[in-house]
Amino acid sequence: MLYLNIIVSGLLTGAVYGLMALGLSVIFGVIRIVNFAHGEMMVLAMYGAYVVNARLGLDPLLVLPLVTLALFGLGYALQRLLINRYIARPDHEQFLLLLALATIITASLLMGFGPDARNVQLDYGYDSYQIGAILLDKVRVFAAGGAVLGAAALWSFFRFSRTGKAIRACADNQVGAQVVGLDVKRLYAVTFGLGAACVGAAGCLLLLLVDVQPYIATDYTLLAFIIVILGGLGSMPGALLGGILVGVSEALAGFLVEPSLKSAFSFGLLILVLLVRPQGLLGRA
Amino acid sequence: MRAMAARDLSPRRAAALGLFVAVMLLLPLLVNAYIVSVLVVVLFSAYFGQSWNIMTGFAGQLSLGHALYVGLGAYTSAALFVHFGLLPWLGMLAGMAVAALAGGAIAALSFRFRVGGVYFALLTIAFAEFTRILFDHFGWVGATEGLFLPVANLAHDDPLRLRGSPRMFYYLLLALSLAALALSHHLLNRRVGYYWQAIREDEEAARALGIDVFRYKVAAMALSAAMTALGGGVLAFYDNNLYPDTVFAMSRSIEIITAPIIGGLGTLFGPVLGAVLLTGLGEIMTNLSNAAEISGLKQWFYGAALLAIVALQPSGLWPWLRRRLGLEEGRR
Repeated sequence: MLYLNIIVSGLLTGAVYGLMALGLSVIFGVIRIVNFAHGEMMVLAMYGAYVVNARLGLDPLLVLPLVTLALFGLGYALQRLLINRYIARPDHEQFLLLLALATIITASLLMGFGPDARNVQLDYGYDSYQIGAILLDKVRVFAAGGAVLGAAALWSFFRFSRTGKAIRACADNQVGAQVVGLDVKRLYAVTFGLGAACVGAAGCLLLLLVDVQPYIATDYTLLAFIIVILGGLGSMPGALLGGILVGVSEALAGFLVEPSLKSAFSFGLLILVLLVRPQGLLGRA
Repeated sequence: MRAMAARDLSPRRAAALGLFVAVMLLLPLLVNAYIVSVLVVVLFSAYFGQSWNIMTGFAGQLSLGHALYVGLGAYTSAALFVHFGLLPWLGMLAGMAVAALAGGAIAALSFRFRVGGVYFALLTIAFAEFTRILFDHFGWVGATEGLFLPVANLAHDDPLRLRGSPRMFYYLLLALSLAALALSHHLLNRRVGYYWQAIREDEEAARALGIDVFRYKVAAMALSAAMTALGGGVLAFYDNNLYPDTVFAMSRSIEIITAPIIGGLGTLFGPVLGAVLLTGLGEIMTNLSNAAEISGLKQWFYGAALLAIVALQPSGLWPWLRRRLGLEEGRR
């Protein structure tokens, strides 16, 4: 029963990881850019939710739409004004560009908030639901629920809206999309905005579960890489599956072996998947 | 071959190189101890950058996890010295062998399974991080507690046992850097160098020309890893203490690659120029932000500088400076 509890808790956390990684996956799947500033953007969102919570006492869940919108705007503007010029450049130049952005975000947060860990106080922070023998933290259920809703919203957008369909057309065939008159630049900006919106929402949800400090950003960037590669870069269900796998494996490793070894398991899993099935579990060959 | 020799002997380039070496030889005699310690950091950065440049600049395979080879070189030589009293230089040879095997194996696994481009870059991070966490739990080398080398206060420098003043390390690293420069130059003008550049520019075309792409990519990685590990060994005996979280740090991998990219990826002198600029900039920023007592200011300017360079000179500063100084190679 204890195991079941740990697995379910890992599953719920994993859903939030999945939403975060979804953003990376969408950006790579369409624009073919690896967002090395992904974790940094999420930590920025976490600080946004933290500030509103600290000033106005608002629950991060209520701030979520605002932060998500703000991150969408940031992502849109970054792609439009800066990143778009590098989409045809070599990998290492894109890497340097996003590394520079990541460094600036972390440094700005460090200047604004210092290196100390921050968290939000919630009056339901220690409540839990009991279903049979399983005990679920209320915050974790809320976070996972929000993540699933967010992923569903993104999926419906790509499935049903005209813009979403146009973006998928760009991803499948960029030249073809241009030929039929799609505004690829704008669609790329929307895509990067959506990817950033994913980390905006995921950041607010994750703030329910963990402390935030500027330097954890790199860990989240790496985590997002692991997840999308596990699931398959560019695959939306893959990102969610990868997130849940990593969430569960972290929870189990933290309990069974040693907490400090938990990311070794994730990296080990990643190495295994890359070597055996480089396109990821749900990626297309 | 004669055309190349002629190109090497272009008087302007020879004079520039001679002037550079002369300045570097005299520099530590003219400046204070603090500057010497900064110059040591510059030379470490330059040497690691040159080593990484072989893999990514010449052969075109983006490695983002070179801290792995720094760590393997540092830990192998330091552990052999601490536990068995093995001479540092022999330990460093062992470290180079370990790193070459690790790098070769990672490259062979990746390229055999056709992992390339971005996926390869992320795989190199994964191996480096995985190894870092393993070393965190590796008791024989001190795990997270760290591995310490006995500090000896010697009256004179002892290059054989790698005990001595920062100035000794400066000259040692200068020698390594110049050797790496010479080796890079030599390789670029040999068959293997042309093969690497062909692979970098167009792998399929290179394969179609009959180049054994797999073999030359693995060779580039093994050589690059071994060279990096040699620097790692020197780093161990310079720092005298090793912690997995700093030696294998992701941030170290990033530092290793920023200098050559900023200096000019794939160029011979780019890594050196990038190291001078970045370390110098970093030191100035550290002093300024310490004076201003704002944490994060240094990183902010660092990020802004990277952004400015990638926006203005994305192919690096050395190609630009080389044009300005009239040191361009005769051909190309």
